[in-house]
Order: sequence, then C-alpha cells, then structure tokens
Amino acid sequence: MAINLRELSKKTIPFTGGHRMCAGCGAPIIVRQVLAAAEQPIAAGVATGCLEVATTIYPYSAWGTPLIHNAFENVAATVSGIEMAYRALKARGAVDKDIKFVAFGGDGGTYDIGLQSLSGAMERGHDMVYICYDNGAYMNTGIQRSSATPLGAETSTSPVGKRIPGKPGHRKNLTNIMAAHDIPYVAQTTPAHWRDLMTKVKKALAVEGPAFLNILSSCPLGWRIPDDSSISILRLAVDTCFWPLFEVENGSYQMNYEPKEKKPLSDWLKPQGRFRHLFRPENKHILEELQAEVDRNWERLLRLSKYDSE
Amino acid sequence: MTSNEKGSWQTPKPTDTWKDVPRAGVIPRGGNASEYITGGWRTFRPIYNADICIQCRLCWVFCPDSSIMVNEDGEVIGMDLDHCKGCGICAAECPKEGAIEMVSEEY
Repeated sequence: MAINLRELSKKTIPFTGGHRMCAGCGAPIIVRQVLAAAEQPIAAGVATGCLEVATTIYPYSAWGTPLIHNAFENVAATVSGIEMAYRALKARGAVDKDIKFVAFGGDGGTYDIGLQSLSGAMERGHDMVYICYDNGAYMNTGIQRSSATPLGAETSTSPVGKRIPGKPGHRKNLTNIMAAHDIPYVAQTTPAHWRDLMTKVKKALAVEGPAFLNILSSCPLGWRIPDDSSISILRLAVDTCFWPLFEVENGSYQMNYEPKEKKPLSDWLKPQGRFRHLFRPENKHILEELQAEVDRNWERLLRLSKYDSE
Repeated sequence: MTSNEKGSWQTPKPTDTWKDVPRAGVIPRGGNASEYITGGWRTFRPIYNADICIQCRLCWVFCPDSSIMVNEDGEVIGMDLDHCKGCGICAAECPKEGAIEMVSEEY
C-alpha cells in the first residue's frame, strides 16, 4: 500500500479550486488529501463550519463527489441515515456500486455541538468514516473558543485582559473519547504528514464499521500566523508532541511517529499570535502548565502503545 | 428552464428566476466552483520555474486551492492563476530554492 505522489498526481481529485476558504487554510488541504487517498467512490456530508459554508456557496459547489448539506449538530446522524438507506437499497438490488460514506466536521461541530450525534453513530456501528478537522476554535463565526481550544489561547470569547489570560482550562481529548467507544479504527494525524494521513484514510475506509480521524488543521486568521506557514506550523505541533501521530486499531494503541528530539512546546506557541501574551513574565506559569499537560499526554500515549505492543 | 438532469445543468445566472432553480436548491453537477474566479484575492503571485523543479509534487499535495496544474502524466506544469489565492504554501514547502518564487502582484 505504498503511496507515491508521482502516481497519485495523475488522478483528478474531485475537489475544485474557486471555493471561498481563506488563503492558506488547512481544511481544503485535508479534504484534497482525503479524496486523493480514497480508492472507492465517496459520498460526503459536512457539518456547518468554515468548510461547509465556504465550499458550497450557492450556486457553486467545489465538491465533485455527492455532498449533503446539513445542520451543525447532526452530520454523523445524516451520514449514518444515508448509509442505512444505501444498505437497504443494496439488499434490494437497486444499487450495485460499492460506496463509502465520509462525514466531515470542524472542531465546533465535532467536539461540542455534534458530539452526541457522533457518539450515537459510532455506537450504532455504521460503516462510515468521521473526519474532524480541528483548528481549535469556531473560526467561521469569528474565532470563539471551543472545547478544542488549548489552555491560554486568545479567542474572541476568551480575550486576554485583566481578568483572564486567555482560555481557562485545558482542551478536551476527543481522540481518546472516540477510542473509548471501542470502534475498529481511531487515529490522529495532520495534513503536513500527508503520507501518514493518506495511509490512515485508506485504513479507515477499509474497515467494516465506524472509523474516526482527528486531523489538526491550521487557521492563519485564528492562529494569527502567516498564510504560507500553515504546513510548517502543523509539523511543529507534531515535533513538540502537542499533536502526537497515533492510531488505535481494535483497541490497541500504536504510535506512528516519535520525534528524534522532542522540541519544547514554546517552539509551536511562539509563531502563533493567539499565544503571544503567554510569553510575558506574569504568564510563565501558564506556559509551564501547558508543557506539563503535553508531557503528561505524551507519556501516557507512550505507555499505552508500549503496553499494547508487548 | 434549468433541468434537474446532471448532464445539461448549467450554473444559474443572476438573471434566472426561482423557476429556473432545481427543487430544494440542489446543485446537480458538483465541482462547478471552478467557474468562480478567486485569483483576484492574491497579493503575491507564484512564479513557477520548470528548469529548477524536480517534480516532487509536494506543492500539488499541499495546495489548498487545487491550483497546481498537472499534465496527463501527473507532472507539474504551472499554476492556475484563476484560482490561486497566493497563500505561498507551495513556495514555502518547495524543497528546491527558486523553483517557485512569490512576487508582489504590483510589479
């Protein structure tokens, strides 16, 4: 299952330019890589969010695959409904194609608003892949904090001032929540690691039953980074162990990438304007707390993957 | 009258009325966003230099706007300036210096 860009680039990806995502956005890169990796025909659904709003402005659609529009909270329910209808039609002999169903959602539509419908769809065991592109806030409506926003990040609903130094509290560990559903495949990746991402998409599409991918996406506007550093910042997220690349296959954890030298978290925080205030002397304790949380999570993952490989 | 059939469907024009729009506002032929030009968003323009390019296709895999043009063999042949928003990811991720250069649009 080697993935070769020279072979891959011969394929037309069913996702066109002319969509209205911001310059340098990570989400369309993820969609392109997902659709490039898929060998089967795809039918997709997108939860309300930047991706849904900006790629399907009427009367245009950037999607060359069938796409269904739906609300913020229910993309997992919508796609599981389509999958059930497809199964019924197939049993009746009305459809003979092998179609795979993919739901896309941002962190707002996945971590917060759509969590119940996602949990339900995973529990019911539909043959679908749910892909969360996590950029760590509600970027579409003006950078409000979500439960994926890291501690201390400045957003429009956690503004830095006299009262609070950015978002209070740590982010939710959604990948582990999904792993706790005991579904066949859960993984975490970024589009900067395109080979890793495409391998995971292929695995997720191949399993019978539900699969979940949590993909870190950059947002030049909300993270306050230059447009052209979208990919390099994601690479730093992995090298600082903020966003470990790992997968949980049938309940067993496996680490896919261990940086040779674990970089300090400040390497990832410093280029981002939303964390600028953390480098003031009075906020040093927040930096330390963030680093400690990343270390805790990383050590735990190492233990789990070591335990599962033995 | 705009047909609901995929083949003959055309993107509605501003002069069309509600009667011309398919039921439920469906877009029968997806992928028509390519008819919409986003090249005007650009502040910096990528200049592709085929002599230096090593055909690694990293720009192709990282472009958010599907604006890296390839030929039938999948080889990079240039940028689609109708849709490129000038983010510069291609130039930043290119392993070969000078193969893609970003220049200001006001030259």
